[in-house]
Amino acid sequence: MRLDTIRQLGIKELHSLARDPIMMGLILFAFTVAIYSGATAMPETLNKAPIAIVDEDRSPLSARIVDIFYPPHFLPPVLITQAEMDSRMDAGLDTFALNIPPEFQRDLLAGRQPTIQLNVDATRMTQAFSGSGYIQTMISSEVAEFAQRYRGTAPLPVDLELRARFNPSLTQTWFGALMELINNVTMLSIVLTGAALIREREHGTIEHLLVMPVTPFEIMTSKVWSMGLVVLVACAFSLLFVVQGLLSVPIEGSLALFLVGTALHLFATTSMGIFLGTIARSMPQFGLLLMLVLLPLEMLSGGVTPRESMPPFVQAVMQVVPTTHFVSLAQAILCRGAGLDVVWPQFTILVLIGAVFFGITLARFRKTIGMMG
Amino acid sequence: MISGQATPSSVAAGIAPVAHLTDVSLRYGKTLALDGVTLDLPTGQMVGLIGPDGVGKSSLFSLIAGARVIQAGQVEVLAGDMAEARHRKVVCPRIAYMPQGLGKNLYATLSVFENIDFFGRLFAQDSGERHRRIDDLLASTGLAPFRDRPAGKLSGGMKQKLGLCCALIHDPDLLILDEPTTGVDPLSRRQFWELIGRIRARQPGMSVLVATAYMEEAARFDWLVAMDGGRVLTCGTPRQLLDRTASDTLEGAFIALLPEEKRAGHQPVHIPPRATDGDEVAIEAKDLTMRFGDFTAVDRVSFRIARGEIFGFLGSNGCGKTTTMKMLTGLLTASEGEAWLFGRAINPKDLATRRRVGYMTQSFSLYSELTVEQNLTLHARLFSVPADQIPGRVEEMANRFGLAGVMAARPDSLPLGQRQRLSLAVAMIHHPEMLILDEPTSGVDPIARDDFWQILIGLARRDRVTIFISTHFMNEAERCDRISLMHAGLVLVSDTPAALMQKRGATTLEEAFISFLEEAVPESKPPARSAAAMDPSPLPPHGTTIPKIGFSLRRLFSYSRREALELRRDPIRATLALLGSLILMLIMGYGITLDVENLSFAVLDRDQTAISRDYVLNLAGSRYFSEHAPIGDYAELDQRMRGGEISLAMEIPPGFARDLGRGTPVAIGAWIDGAMPQRAETIQGYVRGMHAHWLDEMAARRLGQSRSAGLINIETRFRYNPEVKSLVAMVPAVIPLLLLMIPAMLTALSVVREKELGSIVNLYVTPVTRLEFLLGKQLPYIGLAMVNFLLMSLLAVTVFGVPLKGSFFALSVAALLYVTSATAMGLLFSTFVRSQIAAIFGTAVLTLLPAVQFCGMTSPVSALEGLGRMIGNIYPTTYFLTIARGTFSKGLGFADLQASFLPLILAVPLLTGLCVLLLRKQER
Repeated sequence: MRLDTIRQLGIKELHSLARDPIMMGLILFAFTVAIYSGATAMPETLNKAPIAIVDEDRSPLSARIVDIFYPPHFLPPVLITQAEMDSRMDAGLDTFALNIPPEFQRDLLAGRQPTIQLNVDATRMTQAFSGSGYIQTMISSEVAEFAQRYRGTAPLPVDLELRARFNPSLTQTWFGALMELINNVTMLSIVLTGAALIREREHGTIEHLLVMPVTPFEIMTSKVWSMGLVVLVACAFSLLFVVQGLLSVPIEGSLALFLVGTALHLFATTSMGIFLGTIARSMPQFGLLLMLVLLPLEMLSGGVTPRESMPPFVQAVMQVVPTTHFVSLAQAILCRGAGLDVVWPQFTILVLIGAVFFGITLARFRKTIGMMG
Repeated sequence: MISGQATPSSVAAGIAPVAHLTDVSLRYGKTLALDGVTLDLPTGQMVGLIGPDGVGKSSLFSLIAGARVIQAGQVEVLAGDMAEARHRKVVCPRIAYMPQGLGKNLYATLSVFENIDFFGRLFAQDSGERHRRIDDLLASTGLAPFRDRPAGKLSGGMKQKLGLCCALIHDPDLLILDEPTTGVDPLSRRQFWELIGRIRARQPGMSVLVATAYMEEAARFDWLVAMDGGRVLTCGTPRQLLDRTASDTLEGAFIALLPEEKRAGHQPVHIPPRATDGDEVAIEAKDLTMRFGDFTAVDRVSFRIARGEIFGFLGSNGCGKTTTMKMLTGLLTASEGEAWLFGRAINPKDLATRRRVGYMTQSFSLYSELTVEQNLTLHARLFSVPADQIPGRVEEMANRFGLAGVMAARPDSLPLGQRQRLSLAVAMIHHPEMLILDEPTSGVDPIARDDFWQILIGLARRDRVTIFISTHFMNEAERCDRISLMHAGLVLVSDTPAALMQKRGATTLEEAFISFLEEAVPESKPPARSAAAMDPSPLPPHGTTIPKIGFSLRRLFSYSRREALELRRDPIRATLALLGSLILMLIMGYGITLDVENLSFAVLDRDQTAISRDYVLNLAGSRYFSEHAPIGDYAELDQRMRGGEISLAMEIPPGFARDLGRGTPVAIGAWIDGAMPQRAETIQGYVRGMHAHWLDEMAARRLGQSRSAGLINIETRFRYNPEVKSLVAMVPAVIPLLLLMIPAMLTALSVVREKELGSIVNLYVTPVTRLEFLLGKQLPYIGLAMVNFLLMSLLAVTVFGVPLKGSFFALSVAALLYVTSATAMGLLFSTFVRSQIAAIFGTAVLTLLPAVQFCGMTSPVSALEGLGRMIGNIYPTTYFLTIARGTFSKGLGFADLQASFLPLILAVPLLTGLCVLLLRKQER
C-alpha cells in the first residue's frame, strides 16, 4: 500500500468529478435547493384542510363556530346541507364535516349538554389524525368562552405542564431541513462512488488500473476518501450556510462532532456504493438497483417516521444498515445537543458496518472487474 | 465532382441507378459527417464503400436506408425521393439494412429462430411462409444446428449470418450491409461472401451496398467508392482505382488517393531483421485455460515469446485473444495451466512484475476528464517514476509520440490516431520491457496504422522491448516476427508468417489461415457445398410479401411477443417488474406509518406515593407507551433525552398526593422530545388524553360522580377507517403511486433501451408503424402491471389487513384504464430522453412528484391552487386515487364513482395519440 498512490488516484477522482457537469449540478442542487425546499415544503401538519359545515342551528353561537375555521390551517368552510354531506365525503371533497344540530345554543345554555357531530375522512391520514383533535379543542374553547358569560367554569385540580424540548414550538422546518440533509448525504455518497466505478468500467480504465502496480485496496481507498471528502465538505457548507444561515435552524450540538460522525457514515456508504457498482453490470442496472436500495435506506431508518412504530423484524433488519445509526446520531447531536458520551455507540457501529462493507467489496473487486470486461 | 468522371456502366447503359445522391451533407452537432456528397450507385451490382472509421460511410448508408432524416441535399432510392414519407413507406419493404456493429439490430436474448421470426412477422408473413423461409435461410447459412441458441451467444461470424437472414427474410431489392465482416474470422468471412454470391446468383436483380474496412475484400467487388473526411475521393471498378493510382494493392491506392497533407511524412513500413542474440524468454504460457461456467474461452494455450520479439495473436472477435491477455496481466486467474513473465509465475499481487509491463486495450482506457499531460503524469506517478524525473519523462513521451502540440487537450477531442498514440505513450511512460497490446489498431486509418507500426518496430528492434500484440488484420499479422492463429479458444498453429504460408502452399496469409481453420473445425465447412438445401428452392415469387400499408395487428403482436420474451430473460428488469412494487409497497406501508406506538417514556417520581404510582400506571398500561427505568435526577433526565432513549419524561412533584387531597393546585411536568415534531405532536395529544382520563377516574372514585359534566359532547366519527389506522389510509394511496411509477419506468426503459442498443433502427427501416410499435411495446407491460395490481391488492387484504369494502370489479376496471395511461406516460417520456439512466430518474421524478403532491394524497385537489391544482386536475392519478379509496375504504361501486371514470377513459387515447405524434420514424 502506498499513500502516494492513494492520494494521486483520489485527486484523479476529484478531477473527474469537477469535469462532470451533471454530477456537480446534482451535488449543488442536493445541498442547496433540495434542502431548502425539503424544509419549507414540508407542510405544518394541518394546512388548508377542507371543511364543510351543516349548520342546522343558525344561532349566534353556531355562526361563531363557523368563523373559527380560517386559513392557513383550514380552507374557508363550505356551508352545506345534511343531504350533501355523505356524497361530498364519498367523492373526497372534504376531509372534515361538522354537523351542528338544531337548538344547539339553547340546549347548551339550558345545560342539556347538546352533541355536535364531527365527521372525519380517516383515509386522508395526516390531516384527519391531527386535525380532529385540533378541531375538538377549538370548538370546546369557543363554546366554553361563550358559556363563561353565563356560568363560570371550575379549574382542573391537577394541571399538566407540557413542554417540548429541543424544538419548543415544534417547527417542522427544523426537522425537514436536517432530515433532507441526512438523506442527501447518503444518496450522493452512494451515487458518486457507484456511478464513477461503473463509468470507469465502461471506459475500461479500471481494468487498466488493475494491471498497473496498484492494488484494489488502493483503488477503493482512493474512491472512499475523495468522494467522502466531497460529500463531507458539501454537507458542512450546507449546514453552515443553508440550514443555519438561510433557514436559521438552531443547531444544538457540536458541528465538529457531527462531521466526524458523518465521515464515519460516509466510509460505510461509499463502500456500499462501490459494492453496488460491482454488482450492476451497466448504468441502467445500477439505476434500478439504486431505486430498490435507497428507498428502504431512507424510509425505514427512522428519518421519516419513528423507528419504534415499525414491526420488530423491520427494526432488526435495519440495525445492520448504516443510515439507521447515522440518523440516530444526527438527531442526537444536531437536535438534542448530545456529546460523544451519548453517541459513541453509534460511532462504533458505523465503523464496524463500514469495515464489513469495505471488506466484502474488496474481496469481490478484482474478480468481478476481471469478469465483466 | 469527382464522381462524374467515373459513371458506372449500368448508368451509361440507360438503367436508372439504385440510389442517386445530390449534394448531400449531414451534421452531428459541430461535426460534419458528410460534406456535399454527389453520387450515383449502379443497380444490380456489388458496390463497396471503402475508408477507415468515421469517414461517413455509415451516415451515408443510414440516409439511403431511410433510417435518418435528410438534412441537406437530395437522396433518391429506387426511383423516389427518400425525403417523402409516402415513398419511404412504399420502398422500405424492398430495402434491407444491416447496421454496423455485430448484431446491432438483433436481440441478444432471443434465439436465432425467434430473431428471424420477429422480422418475418414485421413483414406480415403468415406462419407457413415464415417457417418455410426461415428453414431455407437457416439451411443455406449453416445456422440450422444453432436454431435455439440466443443471438448474444453466437460467434461474430454467426451473428453476421443471422443478421443477413433477418435482412433477407423479405426478398429485398436493395441490400445494405454496413461493415458486415469487421472482426469476423477469415473463414467465416469467406463463407459470408460466398453466401452473398449465391443469393445474388439467385436474385440477379438485387443491388448490394457494402461498407468495409478490409481492402482485400473490397478488391472483389464490382464497383467501389473511396471516402475520406465526409467526401467521396473517387469511385469506379477496383481495376480503375488501381490503374488511376498506379498501385498494386487497394490499400496503396487508397493512401495515394488521400489529400496531400494527410500523406505527408508517410512511409511504407519496413521491418529490419531481428538480431537473435540469446534466447531469453520473456513470456511463457503452458496449457493456459479459462472457463466461464461451462464455456471454455481459452483452451490449453501454450507459447514462448523471446525478448525483443514481436509476437502476434491473430483471430476473430471472441476467439479468446483478449482473455489470454487478461490472464497474462493478472486480470483474470487462469482456470488451469501456468504462465510466466520474465521467468516469474503470474501473481496478481506481484506489483514488481507489473512495473515492467505496459498494457494497452482496444478501448484505449484513457481518462477523458484529464488532459493529455495529466494522463501521462498520473500514469508516471502510479508507476512510481521518481518525482524529479516525471517532467522529463512526460516530455520525452510527448516528443516521441508526436503529442507535444496537444498536451492541454483532452483525449476525447483528439482524432483516433492521436488517441491511439497517447494510449501507447501512457503504456510506455515507465519504460517497460514488455508491451501487451490488445487490438490497438482497430478502426484507425491506414496511415495512422503504419505510423503506429513504425513506432512499435523501433521499440522492438532498438530498445529490445518484447511486444505481444493481437489483431484481426492480416497485413498487420504479416509484420510480426511470429504469430499464433487462434480460433474458438484454441491456438491452431504458431510460426513465422512466411513459414505458415509455406506449410500450406498458400500465397497469402489469409489463405493459409483459412486452410488451417478448415482443418481444425471440419463442421464449419459451408454446408451449402454439399447440401442440396442451397438449390434455389422455389420461393414465392416476389410481390406476394409486400405488406399492407396501414394498421396491422400482426406487426403489433410481433413487437409484444418480442418484448415479453426479452423481459423474461433479463433478471433485474423482470424482478423490478414483478416484485418491485411489492417490495416498495412493504417499505412504504411500514415506512410512512403515522401510527405511533410503544413510545418510550420514563418517570421522575419525587412523590413516591400510591397515587403517583397510579398516575404512572395509567400511562404505562396503554399500548401507546412503554415504560423505561425510572429517572433519578434532572441530570439523568437530560442525559437520557439527549441520547434519544426516551421521548417523554414525566415529573411528579413532591407532595403530589397530599396537595391533590387538599385540593391545592398542583402541576405535573411533561417533557417531550421535540426533535421529530410530528411525533411530538402525537405524544402531546396522547398525554393530554390520558391525563384527562385519569382525572375523570379520580373524580369518579373519590366523589362517586362524573366530573366531566361538560358543556357539550363532541362526537367524532372517523369515517371509512373507524380505528384510525394509518395502514388502512395508506395502502389504497400507495397502490396508485406504484402502479404509475413502475409501469411508466419500464415502458420508458423499453424504448430508450432500443435507442441505446441500436435496435430502434428496426422501427426506422421496417414497415412497422409508430402506433403498432407503441401499442406492441405497451401490451406486455399492461399485462404485467395488472398482475402487479392483483398482487398488491392481495397483499393489502392479507398482510396489511386492509379490507376491500367496495366493488372489486370497479377497482379492476379502473386499474386497467389507469395502467394503460401509466404505460402510455412512460412511452411519452421515452420520446424525450436518450439514455436509460435518464429514463429511470426522469420517470421517477416526473411520476412521483406530481402524484404525491398534487393528486390528493394528503390534501384534496380542491385545496390546491395555481399550477398544482392544474396538474392535479389532469393527472390520471387523482381519479384513480379517488376510485381506490372509494372501493377499498368507502365501500363504493361503479355508480358512485362515475365522475372519476370518465377522465381515466379519456386519458388513454389522448396520451397514446400524443406519443404517436412525438415518436420519430427516422433518426435525426
